[in-house]
Amino acid sequence: MTVRTLDETLREHPFFEGVGEEVVALLAGCARNVHFRPDELVFQEGQPADFFYLIKEGRVAIQLHEVAGGASIIDTVDAGEVLGFSWLVPPYRWVFDARATVDTRAVGFDAVCLRTKCDADPAVGYVLLSRVARTMHERLEAARVRLVDLYGTRTR
Amino acid sequence: MTEVLSAERSQAVDAMLPRSFRVERTRRDTRDTFTLELAPVGGDPLRFAAGQFTMLLAAGVGEVPISISGDPSGGGLLEHTIRNVGSVTRALVATPRGGVLGVRGPFGTGWEVERGEGGDVVLVAGGIGLAPLRPALLQVVRNRERYNRVLLLYGARTPEDILFAPDLERWERDHDVEVAVTVDNGPHDWRGRVGLVTRLVPRAGFDPSRTTAYVCGPEVMMRSTALALRDRGVRADRIRLSMERNMKCGVGLCGHCQLRELFLCVDGPVLGFDRLEPLMSRWEL
Ligand SMILES: Cc1cc2nc3c(=O)[nH]c(=O)nc-3n(C[C@H](O)[C@H](O)[C@H](O)COP(=O)(O)OP(=O)(O)OC[C@H]3O[C@@H](n4cnc5c(N)ncnc54)[C@H](O)[C@@H]3O)c2cc1C
Ligand code: FES
Repeated sequence: MTVRTLDETLREHPFFEGVGEEVVALLAGCARNVHFRPDELVFQEGQPADFFYLIKEGRVAIQLHEVAGGASIIDTVDAGEVLGFSWLVPPYRWVFDARATVDTRAVGFDAVCLRTKCDADPAVGYVLLSRVARTMHERLEAARVRLVDLYGTRTR
Repeated sequence: MTEVLSAERSQAVDAMLPRSFRVERTRRDTRDTFTLELAPVGGDPLRFAAGQFTMLLAAGVGEVPISISGDPSGGGLLEHTIRNVGSVTRALVATPRGGVLGVRGPFGTGWEVERGEGGDVVLVAGGIGLAPLRPALLQVVRNRERYNRVLLLYGARTPEDILFAPDLERWERDHDVEVAVTVDNGPHDWRGRVGLVTRLVPRAGFDPSRTTAYVCGPEVMMRSTALALRDRGVRADRIRLSMERNMKCGVGLCGHCQLRELFLCVDGPVLGFDRLEPLMSRWEL
Protein backbone atom coordinates (compact mmCIF):
# COMPACT_ATOMS: atom_id res chain seq x y z
CA MET A 1 0.00 0.00 0.00
CA THR A 2 1.42 3.39 -0.95
CA VAL A 3 1.15 6.19 1.54
CA ARG A 4 0.49 9.54 -0.07
CA THR A 5 1.61 12.79 1.41
CA LEU A 6 -0.99 15.51 1.66
CA ASP A 7 0.87 17.42 -1.06
CA GLU A 8 0.54 14.49 -3.43
CA THR A 9 -3.12 13.97 -2.58
CA LEU A 10 -3.86 17.61 -3.28
CA ARG A 11 -1.96 17.65 -6.55
CA GLU A 12 -3.94 14.62 -7.75
CA HIS A 13 -7.29 16.26 -6.99
CA PRO A 14 -8.92 17.89 -10.06
CA PHE A 15 -9.44 21.09 -8.06
CA PHE A 16 -5.68 21.69 -7.97
CA GLU A 17 -5.00 20.68 -11.58
CA GLY A 18 -2.51 23.14 -13.06
CA VAL A 19 -1.76 24.86 -9.74
CA GLY A 20 1.97 25.40 -9.05
CA GLU A 21 3.71 23.10 -6.55
CA GLU A 22 4.69 25.94 -4.20
CA VAL A 23 1.09 27.11 -3.89
CA VAL A 24 -0.11 23.57 -3.22
CA ALA A 25 2.63 23.09 -0.62
CA LEU A 26 1.70 26.35 1.08
CA LEU A 27 -2.02 25.48 1.21
CA ALA A 28 -1.26 21.94 2.36
CA GLY A 29 -0.15 23.57 5.60
CA CYS A 30 -3.84 24.26 6.33
CA ALA A 31 -5.04 20.77 5.37
CA ARG A 32 -5.64 17.44 7.03
CA ASN A 33 -7.21 14.16 6.04
CA VAL A 34 -10.71 13.57 7.34
CA HIS A 35 -13.13 10.65 7.27
CA PHE A 36 -16.90 10.56 7.59
CA ARG A 37 -19.02 7.50 8.16
CA PRO A 38 -22.34 6.97 6.36
CA ASP A 39 -24.94 9.41 7.72
CA GLU A 40 -22.37 11.43 9.67
CA LEU A 41 -22.93 15.18 9.50
CA VAL A 42 -20.07 17.05 7.83
CA PHE A 43 -21.51 20.41 8.82
CA GLN A 44 -24.77 21.90 9.98
CA GLU A 45 -26.80 24.91 8.95
CA GLY A 46 -26.11 27.96 11.14
CA GLN A 47 -22.80 26.64 12.52
CA PRO A 48 -19.49 28.44 11.85
CA ALA A 49 -18.14 27.63 8.39
CA ASP A 50 -14.65 26.74 9.49
CA PHE A 51 -13.67 24.21 6.83
CA PHE A 52 -13.40 23.75 3.09
CA TYR A 53 -13.36 20.18 1.76
CA LEU A 54 -11.96 18.37 -1.26
CA ILE A 55 -13.75 15.05 -1.60
CA LYS A 56 -11.41 12.16 -2.39
CA GLU A 57 -13.80 9.24 -2.06
CA GLY A 58 -17.47 8.83 -1.31
CA ARG A 59 -20.40 11.22 -1.47
CA VAL A 60 -21.78 14.09 0.59
CA ALA A 61 -25.41 15.19 0.35
CA ILE A 62 -26.32 18.83 0.75
CA GLN A 63 -29.66 19.05 2.51
CA LEU A 64 -32.25 21.68 2.88
CA HIS A 65 -34.73 21.64 5.75
CA GLU A 66 -38.18 22.38 4.50
CA VAL A 67 -40.68 24.41 6.40
CA ALA A 68 -42.96 21.36 6.49
CA GLY A 69 -40.37 19.61 8.63
CA GLY A 70 -38.78 17.15 6.19
CA ALA A 71 -35.38 17.43 4.58
CA SER A 72 -34.58 17.01 0.93
CA ILE A 73 -31.28 16.63 -0.83
CA ILE A 74 -30.66 19.47 -3.22
CA ASP A 75 -27.20 18.48 -4.39
CA THR A 76 -24.52 15.87 -3.89
CA VAL A 77 -20.78 16.28 -4.02
CA ASP A 78 -18.75 13.31 -5.20
CA ALA A 79 -15.09 12.29 -5.41
CA GLY A 80 -13.12 14.87 -7.36
CA GLU A 81 -15.40 17.73 -6.32
CA VAL A 82 -15.27 20.38 -3.59
CA LEU A 83 -17.63 21.08 -0.73
CA GLY A 84 -18.45 24.32 1.05
CA PHE A 85 -18.27 27.96 0.04
CA SER A 86 -19.54 29.70 3.17
CA TRP A 87 -16.03 29.82 4.69
CA LEU A 88 -15.27 32.50 2.09
CA VAL A 89 -18.04 34.95 2.76
CA PRO A 90 -18.90 36.73 6.05
CA PRO A 91 -20.54 35.90 8.40
CA TYR A 92 -18.88 32.50 7.69
CA ARG A 93 -21.85 30.32 8.61
CA TRP A 94 -23.14 27.24 6.81
CA VAL A 95 -26.45 27.76 5.05
CA PHE A 96 -27.20 24.07 4.49
CA ASP A 97 -26.57 20.75 6.20
CA ALA A 98 -24.04 18.39 4.65
CA ARG A 99 -24.14 14.68 5.41
CA ALA A 100 -21.99 11.82 4.15
CA THR A 101 -24.26 9.31 2.42
CA VAL A 102 -21.54 6.65 2.18
CA ASP A 103 -18.10 6.17 3.69
CA THR A 104 -16.33 9.37 2.65
CA ARG A 105 -12.71 10.51 2.67
CA ALA A 106 -11.78 14.11 2.16
CA VAL A 107 -9.12 16.71 2.73
CA GLY A 108 -10.37 19.42 5.09
CA PHE A 109 -8.78 22.87 5.02
CA ASP A 110 -8.94 25.05 8.09
CA ALA A 111 -10.81 28.14 6.89
CA VAL A 112 -9.08 30.66 9.16
CA CYS A 113 -5.69 29.35 8.04
CA LEU A 114 -6.73 29.57 4.36
CA ARG A 115 -8.06 33.09 4.73
CA THR A 116 -4.90 34.20 6.53
CA LYS A 117 -2.69 32.80 3.77
CA CYS A 118 -4.82 34.42 1.07
CA ASP A 119 -4.62 37.79 2.85
CA ALA A 120 -0.87 37.49 3.31
CA ASP A 121 -0.18 36.55 -0.30
CA PRO A 122 -2.80 37.87 -2.78
CA ALA A 123 -1.26 35.84 -5.62
CA VAL A 124 -2.04 32.65 -3.71
CA GLY A 125 -5.45 34.06 -2.84
CA TYR A 126 -6.12 34.71 -6.51
CA VAL A 127 -5.22 31.16 -7.53
CA LEU A 128 -7.47 29.70 -4.85
CA LEU A 129 -10.37 32.07 -5.41
CA SER A 130 -10.35 31.70 -9.20
CA ARG A 131 -10.73 27.94 -8.75
CA VAL A 132 -13.48 28.32 -6.18
CA ALA A 133 -15.18 30.83 -8.48
CA ARG A 134 -15.11 28.33 -11.36
CA THR A 135 -16.87 25.74 -9.21
CA MET A 136 -19.37 28.29 -7.92
CA HIS A 137 -20.09 29.35 -11.49
CA GLU A 138 -20.78 25.73 -12.52
CA ARG A 139 -23.11 25.23 -9.57
CA LEU A 140 -24.93 28.51 -10.22
CA GLU A 141 -25.43 27.61 -13.87
CA ALA A 142 -26.75 24.19 -12.88
CA ALA A 143 -29.11 25.75 -10.33
CA ARG A 144 -30.49 28.11 -12.96
CA VAL A 145 -31.05 25.32 -15.45
CA ARG A 146 -32.84 23.32 -12.78
CA LEU A 147 -35.21 26.21 -12.27
CA VAL A 148 -36.66 25.50 -15.70
CA ASP A 149 -37.59 21.92 -14.69
CA LEU A 150 -35.01 20.34 -16.90
CA TYR A 151 -36.70 17.03 -17.59
CA GLY A 152 -40.27 18.22 -17.42
CA THR A 153 -40.95 19.17 -21.02
CA ARG A 154 -39.67 18.06 -24.34
CA THR A 155 -41.70 19.36 -27.24
CA ARG A 156 -42.01 22.93 -28.47
CA MET B 1 -41.50 9.88 -66.03
CA THR B 2 -45.18 9.52 -65.22
CA GLU B 3 -44.44 6.10 -63.77
CA VAL B 4 -41.69 7.47 -61.49
CA LEU B 5 -43.99 10.20 -60.22
CA SER B 6 -46.76 7.80 -59.50
CA ALA B 7 -44.35 5.49 -57.68
CA GLU B 8 -43.25 8.40 -55.48
CA ARG B 9 -46.83 9.42 -54.91
CA SER B 10 -47.89 5.93 -54.00
CA GLN B 11 -45.00 5.76 -51.50
CA ALA B 12 -46.15 9.02 -49.94
CA VAL B 13 -49.74 7.76 -49.83
CA ASP B 14 -48.52 4.52 -48.17
CA ALA B 15 -46.62 6.51 -45.58
CA MET B 16 -49.80 8.41 -44.75
CA LEU B 17 -51.82 5.24 -44.19
CA PRO B 18 -51.66 3.84 -40.68
CA ARG B 19 -51.28 0.13 -40.09
CA SER B 20 -53.32 -1.44 -37.30
CA PHE B 21 -51.51 -2.70 -34.21
CA ARG B 22 -53.06 -4.36 -31.20
CA VAL B 23 -52.04 -3.53 -27.62
CA GLU B 24 -50.66 -6.78 -26.18
CA ARG B 25 -49.37 -5.37 -22.89
CA THR B 26 -49.10 -2.07 -21.07
CA ARG B 27 -46.42 -1.62 -18.44
CA ARG B 28 -46.49 1.22 -15.98
CA ASP B 29 -42.92 2.54 -15.77
CA THR B 30 -43.45 5.54 -13.51
CA ARG B 31 -46.41 7.54 -12.23
CA ASP B 32 -46.95 9.22 -15.65
CA THR B 33 -45.07 7.01 -18.11
CA PHE B 34 -46.19 3.75 -19.70
CA THR B 35 -44.70 1.31 -22.20
CA LEU B 36 -47.08 -0.12 -24.77
CA GLU B 37 -46.19 -3.39 -26.47
CA LEU B 38 -47.92 -3.71 -29.84
CA ALA B 39 -48.42 -6.58 -32.28
CA PRO B 40 -49.35 -6.04 -35.93
CA VAL B 41 -52.89 -6.99 -36.89
CA GLY B 42 -51.80 -9.01 -39.92
CA GLY B 43 -48.60 -8.39 -41.85
CA ASP B 44 -44.95 -8.36 -40.76
CA PRO B 45 -43.49 -6.82 -37.65
CA LEU B 46 -42.22 -3.29 -38.15
CA ARG B 47 -38.51 -3.10 -38.95
CA PHE B 48 -36.81 0.02 -37.63
CA ALA B 49 -33.47 1.52 -36.72
CA ALA B 50 -32.62 2.65 -33.19
CA GLY B 51 -33.67 6.29 -32.83
CA GLN B 52 -36.51 6.24 -35.35
CA PHE B 53 -40.05 7.22 -34.41
CA THR B 54 -43.58 6.39 -35.52
CA MET B 55 -46.78 8.42 -35.67
CA LEU B 56 -49.19 6.77 -33.23
CA LEU B 57 -52.87 7.28 -33.87
CA ALA B 58 -55.54 7.07 -31.18
CA ALA B 59 -58.72 6.90 -33.27
CA GLY B 60 -60.97 9.89 -32.81
CA VAL B 61 -58.43 11.74 -30.66
CA GLY B 62 -55.33 12.37 -32.72
CA GLU B 63 -51.88 11.32 -33.82
CA VAL B 64 -48.49 12.09 -32.21
CA PRO B 65 -44.84 11.25 -32.87
CA ILE B 66 -43.37 8.74 -30.40
CA SER B 67 -39.93 7.14 -30.57
CA ILE B 68 -39.68 3.38 -30.65
CA SER B 69 -38.20 2.16 -27.35
CA GLY B 70 -37.77 -1.57 -28.06
CA ASP B 71 -35.09 -3.80 -29.50
CA PRO B 72 -34.25 -2.96 -33.14
CA SER B 73 -32.95 -6.47 -33.84
CA GLY B 74 -36.53 -7.40 -34.65
CA GLY B 75 -38.86 -10.23 -33.90
CA GLY B 76 -40.49 -9.00 -30.72
CA LEU B 77 -43.39 -6.72 -30.04
CA LEU B 78 -43.21 -3.06 -31.03
CA GLU B 79 -42.51 -0.96 -27.92
CA HIS B 80 -43.23 2.70 -27.30
CA THR B 81 -42.69 4.43 -23.97
CA ILE B 82 -45.11 7.29 -23.57
CA ARG B 83 -45.37 10.06 -21.02
CA ASN B 84 -48.94 11.09 -20.44
CA VAL B 85 -48.93 14.86 -20.96
CA GLY B 86 -52.05 15.67 -22.96
CA SER B 87 -55.08 14.46 -24.86
CA VAL B 88 -53.45 12.09 -27.35
CA THR B 89 -50.83 10.61 -25.04
CA ARG B 90 -53.56 10.09 -22.42
CA ALA B 91 -55.72 8.21 -24.94
CA LEU B 92 -52.75 6.11 -26.06
CA VAL B 93 -51.72 4.97 -22.60
CA ALA B 94 -55.35 4.30 -21.66
CA THR B 95 -55.94 1.97 -24.63
CA PRO B 96 -56.90 -1.37 -23.08
CA ARG B 97 -55.28 -4.68 -23.88
CA GLY B 98 -56.64 -5.86 -27.23
CA GLY B 99 -57.43 -2.30 -28.29
CA VAL B 100 -56.21 -1.20 -31.71
CA LEU B 101 -53.97 1.78 -32.54
CA GLY B 102 -52.81 3.15 -35.88
CA VAL B 103 -49.07 3.18 -36.57
CA ARG B 104 -47.33 5.05 -39.39
CA GLY B 105 -43.63 4.84 -40.00
CA PRO B 106 -40.94 4.23 -38.92
CA PHE B 107 -39.71 7.69 -39.80
CA GLY B 108 -36.59 9.76 -39.53
CA THR B 109 -32.90 9.24 -39.00
CA GLY B 110 -31.52 6.80 -36.41
CA TRP B 111 -28.75 7.02 -33.82
CA GLU B 112 -26.37 5.09 -36.10
CA VAL B 113 -24.79 3.34 -33.14
CA GLU B 114 -22.39 1.56 -35.50
CA ARG B 115 -20.47 4.83 -35.71
CA GLY B 116 -19.27 4.22 -32.16
CA GLU B 117 -17.84 0.76 -32.86
CA GLY B 118 -14.17 0.39 -31.93
CA GLY B 119 -14.31 3.27 -29.45
CA ASP B 120 -16.02 4.47 -26.30
CA VAL B 121 -19.74 5.18 -26.33
CA VAL B 122 -21.41 7.67 -24.03
CA LEU B 123 -25.20 7.88 -23.86
CA VAL B 124 -26.66 10.82 -21.98
CA ALA B 125 -30.38 10.84 -21.23
CA GLY B 126 -32.64 13.33 -19.49
CA GLY B 127 -36.11 12.31 -18.31
CA ILE B 128 -38.21 10.48 -20.89
CA GLY B 129 -35.18 10.89 -23.22
CA LEU B 130 -34.01 7.50 -22.00
CA ALA B 131 -36.84 5.90 -24.00
CA PRO B 132 -35.55 6.85 -27.47
CA LEU B 133 -32.03 5.85 -26.36
CA ARG B 134 -33.08 2.41 -25.13
CA PRO B 135 -32.94 0.80 -28.61
CA ALA B 136 -29.41 2.20 -29.02
CA LEU B 137 -28.34 0.64 -25.74
CA LEU B 138 -30.01 -2.66 -26.60
CA GLN B 139 -28.08 -2.69 -29.87
CA VAL B 140 -24.80 -1.87 -28.12
CA VAL B 141 -25.17 -4.58 -25.45
CA ARG B 142 -26.13 -7.11 -28.11
CA ASN B 143 -22.81 -6.38 -29.85
CA ARG B 144 -20.92 -5.47 -26.70
CA GLU B 145 -17.55 -6.79 -27.94
CA ARG B 146 -17.48 -4.18 -30.71
CA TYR B 147 -17.32 -1.30 -28.24
CA ASN B 148 -14.76 -0.29 -25.70
CA ARG B 149 -16.15 1.53 -22.65
CA VAL B 150 -19.90 2.09 -22.60
CA LEU B 151 -21.30 4.73 -20.28
CA LEU B 152 -24.88 5.72 -19.60
CA LEU B 153 -25.38 9.02 -17.80
CA TYR B 154 -29.01 9.48 -16.86
CA GLY B 155 -30.80 12.32 -15.13
CA ALA B 156 -34.37 12.07 -13.81
CA ARG B 157 -36.50 14.47 -11.83
CA THR B 158 -36.83 12.34 -8.71
CA PRO B 159 -35.97 8.72 -7.82
CA GLU B 160 -39.60 7.84 -8.60
CA ASP B 161 -39.18 9.10 -12.16
CA ILE B 162 -36.31 6.73 -12.97
CA LEU B 163 -37.27 4.73 -16.05
CA PHE B 164 -36.32 1.14 -16.87
CA ALA B 165 -34.71 0.46 -13.47
CA PRO B 166 -34.44 -3.32 -14.14
CA ASP B 167 -32.72 -2.60 -17.47
CA LEU B 168 -30.23 -0.24 -15.83
CA GLU B 169 -29.31 -2.94 -13.34
CA ARG B 170 -28.98 -5.61 -16.00
CA TRP B 171 -26.88 -3.47 -18.33
CA GLU B 172 -24.52 -2.65 -15.50
CA ARG B 173 -24.33 -6.19 -14.07
CA ASP B 174 -24.29 -8.30 -17.23
CA HIS B 175 -22.99 -6.04 -19.97
CA ASP B 176 -20.29 -3.90 -18.42
CA VAL B 177 -22.18 -0.67 -18.96
CA GLU B 178 -21.09 2.05 -16.52
CA VAL B 179 -24.39 3.51 -15.38
CA ALA B 180 -24.52 6.80 -13.46
CA VAL B 181 -27.92 8.08 -12.38
CA THR B 182 -28.58 11.49 -10.93
CA VAL B 183 -31.84 13.11 -9.85
CA ASP B 184 -32.90 16.71 -9.54
CA ASN B 185 -34.43 16.26 -6.12
CA GLY B 186 -33.79 13.46 -3.67
CA PRO B 187 -35.67 12.57 -0.49
CA HIS B 188 -33.44 12.60 2.61
CA ASP B 189 -32.86 8.84 2.49
CA TRP B 190 -31.69 8.82 -1.16
CA ARG B 191 -28.12 7.51 -1.41
CA GLY B 192 -27.52 8.31 -5.06
CA ARG B 193 -26.42 11.48 -6.80
CA VAL B 194 -28.38 14.72 -6.93
CA GLY B 195 -27.62 17.37 -9.54
CA LEU B 196 -27.74 17.95 -13.26
CA VAL B 197 -26.78 15.15 -15.59
CA THR B 198 -24.38 17.52 -17.36
CA ARG B 199 -22.30 17.57 -14.15
CA LEU B 200 -21.43 13.93 -14.74
CA VAL B 201 -19.74 14.66 -18.06
CA PRO B 202 -16.46 16.31 -16.92
CA ARG B 203 -15.39 13.40 -14.74
CA ALA B 204 -16.90 10.44 -16.60
CA GLY B 205 -14.27 7.89 -17.56
CA PHE B 206 -14.24 7.97 -21.37
CA ASP B 207 -11.52 8.84 -23.83
CA PRO B 208 -12.81 11.93 -25.69
CA SER B 209 -10.59 11.34 -28.72
CA ARG B 210 -12.35 8.02 -29.46
CA THR B 211 -15.83 8.70 -28.11
CA THR B 212 -19.17 8.83 -29.87
CA ALA B 213 -21.94 10.36 -27.80
CA TYR B 214 -25.72 10.01 -28.08
CA VAL B 215 -27.83 12.56 -26.23
CA CYS B 216 -31.58 12.69 -25.75
CA GLY B 217 -33.71 14.89 -23.54
CA PRO B 218 -35.12 18.39 -23.42
CA GLU B 219 -33.34 20.86 -25.63
CA VAL B 220 -31.79 22.85 -22.77
CA MET B 221 -30.28 19.67 -21.37
CA MET B 222 -29.04 18.47 -24.77
CA ARG B 223 -27.38 21.76 -25.51
CA SER B 224 -25.54 21.98 -22.21
CA THR B 225 -24.56 18.31 -22.41
CA ALA B 226 -23.25 18.71 -25.96
CA LEU B 227 -21.20 21.74 -24.90
CA ALA B 228 -19.80 19.84 -21.90
CA LEU B 229 -18.87 16.91 -24.15
CA ARG B 230 -17.21 19.22 -26.63
CA ASP B 231 -15.32 20.97 -23.82
CA ARG B 232 -13.91 17.56 -22.93
CA GLY B 233 -12.72 17.16 -26.49
CA VAL B 234 -15.42 15.05 -28.17
CA ARG B 235 -15.76 16.08 -31.83
CA ALA B 236 -19.02 17.90 -32.59
CA ASP B 237 -19.91 15.54 -35.43
CA ARG B 238 -19.52 12.63 -33.00
CA ILE B 239 -22.13 14.09 -30.65
CA ARG B 240 -25.57 13.00 -31.90
CA LEU B 241 -28.76 14.58 -30.56
CA SER B 242 -32.42 13.77 -31.12
CA MET B 243 -34.41 16.92 -31.81
CA GLU B 244 -38.09 17.43 -31.30
CA ARG B 245 -40.58 19.67 -32.96
CA ASN B 246 -44.28 19.19 -33.39
CA MET B 247 -44.95 16.85 -36.28
CA LYS B 248 -47.92 16.09 -38.50
CA CYS B 249 -47.11 14.20 -41.67
CA GLY B 250 -43.78 12.64 -40.68
CA VAL B 251 -42.65 12.48 -44.29
CA GLY B 252 -41.41 15.96 -45.18
CA LEU B 253 -44.63 17.29 -46.73
CA CYS B 254 -46.35 19.61 -44.27
CA GLY B 255 -43.51 21.71 -42.83
CA HIS B 256 -44.70 21.46 -39.20
CA CYS B 257 -41.34 20.22 -37.99
CA GLN B 258 -39.21 22.77 -39.77
CA LEU B 259 -36.04 24.05 -38.11
CA ARG B 260 -34.59 26.60 -40.54
CA GLU B 261 -33.60 24.60 -43.63
CA LEU B 262 -34.23 21.23 -41.96
CA PHE B 263 -37.38 19.15 -41.82
CA LEU B 264 -36.76 17.24 -38.62
CA CYS B 265 -39.06 14.36 -39.55
CA VAL B 266 -36.83 13.39 -42.47
CA ASP B 267 -33.48 15.17 -41.88
CA GLY B 268 -33.73 14.29 -38.18
CA PRO B 269 -34.71 13.70 -35.48
CA VAL B 270 -31.13 12.49 -34.89
CA LEU B 271 -28.46 14.91 -36.11
CA GLY B 272 -24.86 15.78 -35.28
CA PHE B 273 -24.08 18.73 -33.02
CA ASP B 274 -21.89 20.17 -35.81
CA ARG B 275 -25.09 20.78 -37.81
CA LEU B 276 -27.36 21.58 -34.92
CA GLU B 277 -25.36 24.01 -32.86
CA PRO B 278 -25.97 27.06 -35.05
CA LEU B 279 -29.69 26.19 -35.24
CA MET B 280 -30.45 25.45 -31.62
CA SER B 281 -32.14 28.21 -29.75
CA ARG B 282 -29.74 30.22 -27.63
CA TRP B 283 -30.39 30.05 -23.95
CA GLU B 284 -28.45 32.54 -21.99
CA LEU B 285 -29.60 32.47 -18.40
C1 LIG C 1 -39.52 12.74 -32.89
C2 LIG C 1 -40.29 12.77 -31.60
C3 LIG C 1 -40.19 11.71 -30.74
C4 LIG C 1 -40.91 11.70 -29.54
N1 LIG C 1 -40.78 10.62 -28.71
C5 LIG C 1 -41.52 10.57 -27.58
C6 LIG C 1 -41.44 9.42 -26.74
O1 LIG C 1 -40.72 8.47 -27.00
N2 LIG C 1 -42.20 9.40 -25.62
C7 LIG C 1 -43.01 10.47 -25.29
O2 LIG C 1 -43.69 10.40 -24.26
N3 LIG C 1 -43.08 11.58 -26.05
C8 LIG C 1 -42.36 11.65 -27.20
N4 LIG C 1 -42.45 12.76 -28.00
C9 LIG C 1 -43.33 13.86 -27.56
C10 LIG C 1 -44.77 13.60 -27.90
O3 LIG C 1 -44.92 13.62 -29.29
C11 LIG C 1 -45.66 14.67 -27.24
O4 LIG C 1 -45.64 14.48 -25.86
C12 LIG C 1 -47.08 14.56 -27.73
O5 LIG C 1 -47.15 15.04 -29.04
C13 LIG C 1 -48.04 15.34 -26.84
O6 LIG C 1 -49.35 15.24 -27.39
P1 LIG C 1 -50.69 15.32 -26.49
O7 LIG C 1 -51.83 15.46 -27.41
O8 LIG C 1 -50.72 14.19 -25.54
O9 LIG C 1 -50.46 16.63 -25.64
P2 LIG C 1 -50.95 18.09 -26.05
O10 LIG C 1 -52.43 18.14 -25.83
O11 LIG C 1 -50.38 18.40 -27.39
O12 LIG C 1 -50.25 18.91 -24.96
C14 LIG C 1 -50.77 19.00 -23.62
C15 LIG C 1 -49.94 19.90 -22.80
O13 LIG C 1 -48.68 19.27 -22.57
C16 LIG C 1 -47.65 20.07 -23.09
N5 LIG C 1 -46.76 19.13 -23.74
C17 LIG C 1 -46.80 18.71 -24.99
N6 LIG C 1 -45.86 17.81 -25.21
C18 LIG C 1 -45.24 17.67 -24.05
C19 LIG C 1 -44.17 16.88 -23.61
N7 LIG C 1 -43.57 16.04 -24.42
N8 LIG C 1 -43.77 16.98 -22.32
C20 LIG C 1 -44.37 17.81 -21.48
N9 LIG C 1 -45.38 18.59 -21.84
C21 LIG C 1 -45.79 18.51 -23.10
C22 LIG C 1 -48.26 21.02 -24.05
O14 LIG C 1 -47.50 22.22 -24.12
C23 LIG C 1 -49.62 21.22 -23.45
O15 LIG C 1 -49.57 22.19 -22.43
C24 LIG C 1 -41.73 12.80 -29.19
C25 LIG C 1 -41.82 13.89 -30.07
C26 LIG C 1 -41.10 13.88 -31.25
C27 LIG C 1 -41.21 15.05 -32.18
S1 FES D 1 -43.91 16.62 -39.96
FE1 FES D 1 -44.59 17.28 -41.89
S2 FES D 1 -42.78 17.98 -42.78
FE2 FES D 1 -42.08 17.11 -40.94
